[in-house]
Amino acid sequence: MMTHGLAPLLQVARSQVPPPDVGFAWFISVPLIYTIIKILVVFTVYMVSAALLTLAERKISAWIQDRLGPNRVIKGWGQPLADGVKNFMKEETLPAAVNKPLFLMAPALAFIPALSLWAVLPFAAPLPLKWGLMPMVVADLPIGYLYILSLASLGVYGIVLAGWSSNNKYALLGGLRSSAQMVSYEIAMGMSTIPVLLLAGDVSLGTIIQEQERGLWNVLSLSIAAGIFIVAAFAETNRLPFDLPEAESELIAGYHTEYSAMKFSFFFIAEYCNMVTASALMVTLFFGGWTVPGWHAVNSAPWAWWKTAITLAAFLIKVMFFLFLYMWIRWTLPRFRYDQLMALGWKVMLPAALGYIVIIAAAILGLDMLGVPRTAVHGVPVYGLCLLGLNIVLLGLLLVVIDRGRLISPASARVRAAELARLRAVRERSSLAGRATLGAPGMAVRESSGVGD
Amino acid sequence: MSLFYQFVFYVFGLVAVVSACIFVTRKSPVAAALWLVNVMFSLSALYILLDAQFIGAIQVLVYAGAIMVVFLFVIMLLNLGQPGQLVDTRGVLPWLGSGGVAIVVLAAVLVRLPRIEAVDALQLPPETLEVATRAAGAVAPVATPLFTTYLLAFEVTSVLLLVAVVGAVVLGRRRGEMMGGGGHGRGELVGADEVLVHGR
Repeated sequence: MMTHGLAPLLQVARSQVPPPDVGFAWFISVPLIYTIIKILVVFTVYMVSAALLTLAERKISAWIQDRLGPNRVIKGWGQPLADGVKNFMKEETLPAAVNKPLFLMAPALAFIPALSLWAVLPFAAPLPLKWGLMPMVVADLPIGYLYILSLASLGVYGIVLAGWSSNNKYALLGGLRSSAQMVSYEIAMGMSTIPVLLLAGDVSLGTIIQEQERGLWNVLSLSIAAGIFIVAAFAETNRLPFDLPEAESELIAGYHTEYSAMKFSFFFIAEYCNMVTASALMVTLFFGGWTVPGWHAVNSAPWAWWKTAITLAAFLIKVMFFLFLYMWIRWTLPRFRYDQLMALGWKVMLPAALGYIVIIAAAILGLDMLGVPRTAVHGVPVYGLCLLGLNIVLLGLLLVVIDRGRLISPASARVRAAELARLRAVRERSSLAGRATLGAPGMAVRESSGVGD
Repeated sequence: MSLFYQFVFYVFGLVAVVSACIFVTRKSPVAAALWLVNVMFSLSALYILLDAQFIGAIQVLVYAGAIMVVFLFVIMLLNLGQPGQLVDTRGVLPWLGSGGVAIVVLAAVLVRLPRIEAVDALQLPPETLEVATRAAGAVAPVATPLFTTYLLAFEVTSVLLLVAVVGAVVLGRRRGEMMGGGGHGRGELVGADEVLVHGR
């Protein structure tokens, strides 16, 4: 008999053959009820956290800029609700000659891929119940990672269609600008995760987490891949320093120029949802997922409810750290120029990721041939430490030999020794004159990054 | 085969066929491209129903996520004009002729297909794909034959793709521009490093 692959997705197929006397009762099985509950819970938590993140963003920006931030509606806590009410009350505009079906569909298309990604992300240890073990993931797909990659690649449709259907040349150019960015960084993002798959030997997210539990976290054993992934994820979610799609201070807002009211704010909800998903992905792929580092007992069977609670807390803390990192960076760094953005994506990150795949594949092959055990020996994860050593060497090569102050600060460049002496003389003259000129700190930065030529 | 399975299979099959019909009858190129994306999605669902989960995911990733996005780019930038103004310059006769050929071929396949005996190489393995997936993961059952038995075909395909990429670059560059040598193209691309250099 032909079995079917929807089994993990719906988890009804375990009792695939209906008992003859009860008819459709097999359909309402315990796994199905579990799945429905999990979908509802994940969806609710996700939407509420997207709303709370808008508040967190304002509070953190206020904290970084030494302001108070929102403090009116219930001391600021009601601000997301007030924003929602405001957006519903605003007038919905529909410009003339828009492509109506696509114009209405685009906000949803930007949002749905980010939401669907949560179906495969494991967020805690399995929970034992009276009716059996409940895995804390909506659908434990064997192709988990590929599912994420393929759905993430669809997020660009919402943006490109919003730009095109608006019948506005600025919106169209904005849509093209941002989709070019997303397509470019998607490649670097996909390439940077291939070492993770090589190390785990599988594309299922559960296996990737287990691999990190018994060895080192991937951020240590595959540091360069983690760095590339985090940068690419920032570009994919259109956050600073890669928020060219929006760039409200110097360009027309871009693909959502013609949108108003709730449709406009849907693009922002999508952005925050994307942030949550990207943070969860970083945690799952590089920071051990829901496991607690160094506490093997809580990460392994036999399962208990308290283990689920602790691992859930660990997962949430990790995700919240990355959400904070997103906001921290947004309110710290300025925006890239467009050519810098493209040069970084295509000429730095893609070649680096490709080269890294080759090196890591060779290293894994070599370590396996030498017979280095994957599991920890007397509590020492030898395999991971070997890869960590390799990464430190590679990182040194990347920063010292290849980079030499060029890529890490793309706006500056190598300066000749004579030029450096002239700049120093200028600075000394100005400091002797007792004038703290505005140019001085910038020169200092350029000097420190430019030594070596 | 459970009722649920059959229901899902026919729903996606129907969506695929209907979307394909709408795809070929649209006048607006963007609408046509989006209906084609819908066809890709339904096909991916059918692959997953056949337990070919890897192929299903790659179908969405490559066709819907990469190729169709590039198609949309090109269509939007070409600015083909209002869909109402586009006319099919071909007459009725080629339409009927090509449609007739297609229907005859389709009918022949439908009649012949259930009675075909597959050659040995195409026989299904004794264990189903689902069992193999559970034992070795979703990728290994596809990757192992691809990189052992069919390695030569795989490599030849990659060379073919490389030739296509080089050909696209050759056709795409502007006339009279030298590859890689001229200072003009370099200044355009390297701008990030070159333009802001002070006192150089």
